[in-house]
Amino acid sequence: MRNLFLGMMLVVITLSAQAQEKKNKNAKHTIEVNGNCEQCQKRIQKAAFSVAGVKTAVWSIETHKLDLTLNEEKTTIDAVAKAIAKVGHDTENVKATQEDYDNLHHCCKYERQETNK
Amino acid sequence: MMKKQISILLLGLLGVFSSYSQDTLQAVKVISKNKGLHKSLKITANTTLVTSKELLKAACCNLAESFETNPSIDVNFSDALTGTKQIKMLGLTSPYLMIAEENIPSVRGASQAYGLSFTPGTWIESIQITKGAGSVVNGYESISGQINTELIKPIGNIANASSLRSSPFLLNFYGSSDSRFELNTHFNLKISDKWTSALFVHGNARTGKNDMNDDGFLDNPLAKQINILNRYQYYNAEKGLVSFINFRYMNDKKQTGELDFNPNKDKGTTNFWGSEINTERFDVSSKVGYVFKDMPYQSIGFQNAFNTHNQESYFGLNQYNIKQSSFYSNLIFNSIISNTMHKFATGLNFTYDKYQEFVNVNDYSRFDNSVGAFFEYTYDNYDNFSFIAGGRVDNHNRLGTFITPRLHIRYNPWEKAVLRFSAGRGKRTANIFAENQPLFASSRSFNVLHTSGKIYGLDPEIAWNYGLSFNQKFIIFGKNADAGFDFYKTDFTKQVVVDLYTAPAIPGTHQVLFYNLNGKSFANSLQVDFNVEILKHLDLRTAYKYYDIQTDYLSGRSERPLQAKHRFFANLGYETHIIEKGKQWKFDFTYNWMGEQKLPETASNPVVDRLPQYSPSFSLMNAQITRTFSSVFEMYIGGENIGNYKQEKAILGSENPFGTTFDASISYAPIFGQMYYAGLRFKIK
Repeated sequence: MRNLFLGMMLVVITLSAQAQEKKNKNAKHTIEVNGNCEQCQKRIQKAAFSVAGVKTAVWSIETHKLDLTLNEEKTTIDAVAKAIAKVGHDTENVKATQEDYDNLHHCCKYERQETNK
Repeated sequence: MMKKQISILLLGLLGVFSSYSQDTLQAVKVISKNKGLHKSLKITANTTLVTSKELLKAACCNLAESFETNPSIDVNFSDALTGTKQIKMLGLTSPYLMIAEENIPSVRGASQAYGLSFTPGTWIESIQITKGAGSVVNGYESISGQINTELIKPIGNIANASSLRSSPFLLNFYGSSDSRFELNTHFNLKISDKWTSALFVHGNARTGKNDMNDDGFLDNPLAKQINILNRYQYYNAEKGLVSFINFRYMNDKKQTGELDFNPNKDKGTTNFWGSEINTERFDVSSKVGYVFKDMPYQSIGFQNAFNTHNQESYFGLNQYNIKQSSFYSNLIFNSIISNTMHKFATGLNFTYDKYQEFVNVNDYSRFDNSVGAFFEYTYDNYDNFSFIAGGRVDNHNRLGTFITPRLHIRYNPWEKAVLRFSAGRGKRTANIFAENQPLFASSRSFNVLHTSGKIYGLDPEIAWNYGLSFNQKFIIFGKNADAGFDFYKTDFTKQVVVDLYTAPAIPGTHQVLFYNLNGKSFANSLQVDFNVEILKHLDLRTAYKYYDIQTDYLSGRSERPLQAKHRFFANLGYETHIIEKGKQWKFDFTYNWMGEQKLPETASNPVVDRLPQYSPSFSLMNAQITRTFSSVFEMYIGGENIGNYKQEKAILGSENPFGTTFDASISYAPIFGQMYYAGLRFKIK
């Protein structure tokens, strides 16, 4: 009887935990990505698309904002930021390594803020 | 942030209705650079966008006259009587093009001959001209290209808010030295926060008789036209719904022929030769678009159009009456596969046409219907490569069940260069009488040599089109320039040959034969372009075109008639800076050189009614000056054919129009000579 009661509690807790985690299949996010020219736009967008679950990705050269639609069941905004950092572009939370930054085409070498987190 | 979302959503919704819906967003962004003719480096198909700015360079009265400053389209007169302008792309006439209005096929069947003159110039917002096979989303008939006209929307053009057209009231008045007058009025009304409506009223008339070449025949017809369009637009950004409903009515009357011809006394007699072409048309169309919530890349569009077109006409003693009722329906679903690099469109299509057609005493009434399904996949790596692969399967009561594949590829090999390839198949029914009406104004007897086919006894037309084009933008002496070439090949595996070369058994008489192609028929065209901004605001466009178009006739392989092998085009446009209150001057000059054209057989005529085997080569020039006084008022003055070049012997046998040598359909140059015009545009903001 007590085991049955504990078992039911466990089920109820698991169910309610899942109910709170409603994943948006078309979540909209905007993050700031540092970059310069059209070459950067292509690289940033390509990197975003390489992450499974990203549906749309548009980076504006003027505002430096990357508008994304992603399926939260498949990926997260951090995974996308990491993929973008890997090709050499800094975002707010994830910075590119010096090696990846140096690999950028010269027109793309944006000014980096010297904040070493 | 809300406003930006709404405008992105609206752009997306408007994109649902474009045949290249996947590429429309890019096309719309590009308009804001304010160029007249836009050729993009990123669009997959070889499409040029003609914006309203371009349409104002040469005051065009209707759609048929909107291509004068565009080298991709050749414009000429279809005959010496009706003043109708005919267009050709890649050397092939308009029946081989899909001409659509807001993606609903519009000029087809009964309206093939004069349909382009039934859309007034001021109603047009932009024109998309695509060379080659085109998209499968709208149909299977296009062979050498697609022309899609967008009309002004009640809500105005979001991307180009400074357009002359997005205003509550617009008035345009035009008059020309050949006694032609036109009046256009537009009214825009906001009915509620979701409904807007627009009413366009157009009227034109040519009241005076002109016979500049003294052959006893009117050079251009006496005419009257009234044209009314009333459109309603529903736009609900929160729900993601956009909808259009259009009602349209047109009544056009033309009278041509001998100066002394009086329809009341001489119709149906041999007193004087005359012709009247009276057309009445009524259209209702609707489109509904829904963009899924939070998914701007996924949408559904549903288009429906119903129209009736009634033409009653006679050409001398030849009577031609055609009444067509049509219904068209298209359901399109657009979405992506995992992300926007992979887009697709799919859907269903249904068409129904009822023809009541009478040629003299022969009854060719019939009905046509078809149902089809299509699928089109677009891949774009957002960098240097994209392609569109589409196919459709249709079942038509006269064409049978068939598949139409189309492929477009775009590659940017290096900075500011684009290479495009396209291939596709088209199939259509040849409406031999509606498409060749100018031939009624002659002494020719009409003979169809086959009887077993389903279309007037003839077979369908099937052609494959392949094309390659390249364009490079570069800087020369510090100025922007671009150069490129287009090469297209159209191969007809089946065609209805219109033969003007084979003379009948009785010498001195003439005929036109219609028969199924036995052999080869092809059209190869090469266009080489060079454009440069000579000085700031002074733009030069040049193009050279070479056509090799041959068909196997009964008499052997020959060039097609009335098609120049070599053509040269140049356009020079200059604008001054826009100073205070919007004052500006614009100057425009167009030059066309046409090489010799092969003419139909006239050797069996007496010498006075004989034409040489080839026409002479000649040049034509047009010019226009526009003065913008403020943002609400502008005036323009211009001239067409200012070199006054006229075709010698425009009408053969004009002294004896009911005799065996009469022919008003051989038209290789303008009939009228120089023509001057002036007009004004006034709007209220």
